[in-house]
Amino acid sequence: MTGTFTPAELLAVMGSRQLRDDTTVFAGVGVPLLAAALAQQRHAPNLTMVIEGGIIGPRIKPGKLPISTNEMRAGHRATMLPGITDTFLFAQRGFLDYGFMGGAQIDQYGNVNTTVVGPDYHRPKVRLPGTGGANDIASLCREVIILTFHEKRRFIPRVDFVTSPSWLDGDGSRARAGLYFGGVSKVVTTLGVFGFHPENRRMRVEALHPGVTLEQVREQTGFELLVADRVETTAPPQADELEILRATDPERRFLA
Amino acid sequence: MEDAASRVTDGAIVAVGGCLFSRTPMALVREILRQRRSGMTLVRNLMCTEGEFMMVAGAVERVMTAWMSIGLPWGVSKIMREYVESGQVAFEEWSHLGLGLRYRAAAMGLPFLPALTMVGSDLARVTELKTVQDPYTGTSLAAIPALYPDVAIIHVHRADRFGNCQIDGYPHMDADIARAAGTVLVTTEEIIGEDEVRTYPDRTVIPGFLVDALVVVPFGSYPHECYGLYEADYDHFQEYTDGINARGSASVADYLERYVYAPPTFADYLDLFGGERLARQRRAARELTR
Repeated sequence: MTGTFTPAELLAVMGSRQLRDDTTVFAGVGVPLLAAALAQQRHAPNLTMVIEGGIIGPRIKPGKLPISTNEMRAGHRATMLPGITDTFLFAQRGFLDYGFMGGAQIDQYGNVNTTVVGPDYHRPKVRLPGTGGANDIASLCREVIILTFHEKRRFIPRVDFVTSPSWLDGDGSRARAGLYFGGVSKVVTTLGVFGFHPENRRMRVEALHPGVTLEQVREQTGFELLVADRVETTAPPQADELEILRATDPERRFLA
Repeated sequence: MEDAASRVTDGAIVAVGGCLFSRTPMALVREILRQRRSGMTLVRNLMCTEGEFMMVAGAVERVMTAWMSIGLPWGVSKIMREYVESGQVAFEEWSHLGLGLRYRAAAMGLPFLPALTMVGSDLARVTELKTVQDPYTGTSLAAIPALYPDVAIIHVHRADRFGNCQIDGYPHMDADIARAAGTVLVTTEEIIGEDEVRTYPDRTVIPGFLVDALVVVPFGSYPHECYGLYEADYDHFQEYTDGINARGSASVADYLERYVYAPPTFADYLDLFGGERLARQRRAARELTR
């Protein structure tokens, strides 16, 4: 009996299970960082977190969760504080196994938009905060995992603006654009876990959370989803996973 | 302080050190606003409240950055949205590494640096990013163009009177920015002796021959944080954004009157926060970094 949990908690737990031990993860602040902290405390003690403000190997202090990637809390008990450019250059050299990020608007090839809504970049309908390090994470990490709430307004056929490139137009278009490695391998949402077809690179259903139907997923997705031959059912969040999470974010800044 | 800030001219490209609300050269930002500059391009890796001040004051026509807002708890910057969506201020967006490599190229005295990032995205399109072919293998790479700012404004922990600077905690991009920029203005929490620098020369991050002006300003980043010295004043950020949520940019105009134009000196500005508040932020920083 695992009790109740919020969508954000579900996301953090499902995200944390994607991370293997003895790897390096470039984690965005918020739910991705919480998921990485959970993985580190539970099944991946030798997971090294990298944060874009210039931080290697921090230990998240329960109750002092960083709200940005560049303030003192984020660097607690870090092993190294490189400059920001040098931190990203570790990724360019190939040292970052995972990039872990959120996604405001995401399309069927996993491209993410955090720049503008509307057709005109110079006079946008909505000007979003921008790429931050997301473009670099999507361009340079060996495997990118996106954590996001599953809503129809987020999952659209084609993003208005490709801020963070994934499989671009599908097929071999990513490599042709000059991105020779990386790409989004998984999109973990509040409804399930999604991957991409190995050839055409369209998003496909690979697992559903307990109690979620394919119909529900289709209702919340603005494009046609492929479905993997075998669709798994994920195990629900376990008591200890939720306990560790809640101890890490007692103020419920990101878990509420 | 007035002398240092007077070297910033109308229309200048000004690169701001630190990152988001970490080690922002707030005292210099305040003085530049007081001198009523206009038409500038403000460049920062992650842009925070200083960008909003400059927009509302009418000081900037362009911001160059990878991301602009205050931080996750306060949502998307309404001020940024207002000024950019209306066309008053241009938002030139580079990826975080892209902007870092712009500074790095200039710091190296080069016209560009090859890179594997930004290609394939629409950021490459709107920045008119060019590509270059590896002359040895023919592989195509991004050619990140150097950025040589007119002025750099940077806040550091310690410096001697020759401008040899030491920084604790996060270096961010300041070492590159100081090399890239034409004029470098530095504020420091503390002046140290020449002897201390020469005893520990491995601690120097910015050598004095890069620095054009140096001012001693304790709490020079406040209400942003300075690593190990004082935490950012999150209550103040909340008050500031509450004002914007209620009254929009009019609230920021009032904020500028109260915090920028009215107090004649930075010490008067700090008095608005009060010694007890500053002491509290100091204690929080010590707890976090011990």
